Amino acid sequence: MADALAGAAALPGAAAPAAHASLRGVTRVYPGAAPVHALGPIDLDLARGEFFSVVGPSGCGKSTLIDVQAGLAAPSAGEVMFEGKPVAGKVPDGIGVVFQEDASFPWLTVTDNIAFGLRRAGVDPAEVRRRVEYAIGFMGLRDFARAYPVQLSGGMRQRVCIARTLVLQPRLILLDEPFGALDQQTRLLMGDELLRLWRETRATVLLITHALDEAAMLSDRVGAMSARPGRFVDLLKTGWPRERDSSLVAEAGFGAITARLWSHLRAESLKAMGGAPP
Amino acid sequence: MSATLVRPARRRSLALDQLLIVLALLVCWQGAYAYAGSSAITSPFATVAYAISMLEQGWFWSNVGATALAFVSSLAIASLLGVLAGLGLGLWRFAGDVTEPVLAALYTIPKVTLYPLILLLFGLGLSAKVAFGVIHGVIPVTLFTLAAVKGLPPVLLRSARAMRLSPRQTLLHVLAPAVLPEIFTGLRVGFSLTLLGVLIGEMFASQKGMGFLILNGINLHNVKLTTAVVLIVVVTAILANAGLLAADKRLRRQR
Ligand SMILES: Nc1ncnc2c1ncn2[C@@H]1O[C@H](COP(=O)(O)OP(=O)(O)OP(=O)(O)O)[C@@H](O)[C@H]1O
Ligand SMILES: [Mg+2]
Repeated sequence: MADALAGAAALPGAAAPAAHASLRGVTRVYPGAAPVHALGPIDLDLARGEFFSVVGPSGCGKSTLIDVQAGLAAPSAGEVMFEGKPVAGKVPDGIGVVFQEDASFPWLTVTDNIAFGLRRAGVDPAEVRRRVEYAIGFMGLRDFARAYPVQLSGGMRQRVCIARTLVLQPRLILLDEPFGALDQQTRLLMGDELLRLWRETRATVLLITHALDEAAMLSDRVGAMSARPGRFVDLLKTGWPRERDSSLVAEAGFGAITARLWSHLRAESLKAMGGAPP
Repeated sequence: MSATLVRPARRRSLALDQLLIVLALLVCWQGAYAYAGSSAITSPFATVAYAISMLEQGWFWSNVGATALAFVSSLAIASLLGVLAGLGLGLWRFAGDVTEPVLAALYTIPKVTLYPLILLLFGLGLSAKVAFGVIHGVIPVTLFTLAAVKGLPPVLLRSARAMRLSPRQTLLHVLAPAVLPEIFTGLRVGFSLTLLGVLIGEMFASQKGMGFLILNGINLHNVKLTTAVVLIVVVTAILANAGLLAADKRLRRQR
């Protein structure tokens, strides 16, 4: 049913136990008159099919982490790998990125926005139509298929961007606060949809979020980051079954996970804001 | 629903405003005529009558043709140079940062100071007229294009990279549509200024064209001729600009 978005399953060479994507001793310093050490050093291994979330205080380098893993920015030190090959200079085939900012193309309708990457990749028009129609339904954009982004709310535009990335059937999906512009209810529902998609496509997901409950509910593992320069202060396994949804919030273990994340984040957020933890 | 209710009323008031402006201009014109007398300007009615009679003259159309040829050539050159320079400078950030203030400063110097130089370089005739048109039009087109490229949200280009677009695809499918409305505005401004430049060029450096007719009328104290030609030029420019403005609005409607 969701085969229109499913791509990862057909991947060859999946037998190797090596990580699907990995960062080894990665740092990133923005050069300039006053260089900004934004990230790291960081080590991270994402297992194939894993759902990994990152939480961290504002400005700690989360978006930088995504840029580096995607190949959009080079690390200042360290090594970035994807499917056994170093990531260098450009975004490798198989990685899809959803940016924190609204990246919809204002001159294209919702449908054309979602079809954009497929058309550029020369995918057969019938196949484009099939995948785009599925994604439009999946993202709840049916009534706005012919609308332009300016006619949509921020949350809907973000859904367009998510759809535009998903139809490319990435094997590693990098999501930078994709639900940031959504209200809490829609956010939970979208979380469920994302989980369903993740199960059906078997893609690896790296999700950046500022919502602790979202991280706790969606992920196999959650990384809590320190204030800038971002480093992992905790890597926490949730232990949820693969079949799961937002009803997890009622689980006994759920509160313990968010509490543990918050204990890290509280201290680091205070640091990030220039205060000292009490 | 409410939009369809509101729109006709707004359109009507806009048309009314435009009518009022035209009426006010006519009153000013008549006032100027009453004040200065027929040695400086002709009355609106006499001018329109004379302008219409000119439309039947062969010499009039050959001058229109001369101006049109010079104008179209200038506009083509100014647009091409301006868009290319703006894109180049915008994409090559450092150069853009350095040249933008220089261009803006260059733009504000009275171009009249360049006229002797251009006359020396191009002599009298078509090439000088075109050069006048180009120096007036090219800088605004460059500046608008440069601003369009610099104002482009970086995330759009990052998306292009994330979707693995080739440089050519990025140029064609992201950069071009993203900057098109701004560039069109630049071309619209460039259109008016190029026309101005060509007319001035014809006054200084030519024996033909609308600008030449205006100056000729002044020199020969043929007030009727001067006023009628000015009227025709102004009306043409206003109509052309209104058309371009409408196209401009259309382009921006989706933004
Ligand atoms: N292009 C840049 N040049 C210089 N410094 C930068 C640049 N981009 C980001 N930074 C700095 O790097 C640090 C990390 O930025 P980043 O965007 O990765 O943070 P973030 O964790 O995504 O923040 P947020 O939660 O607000 O999205 C910040 O201090 C920021 O000021
Ligand atoms: Mg960020």
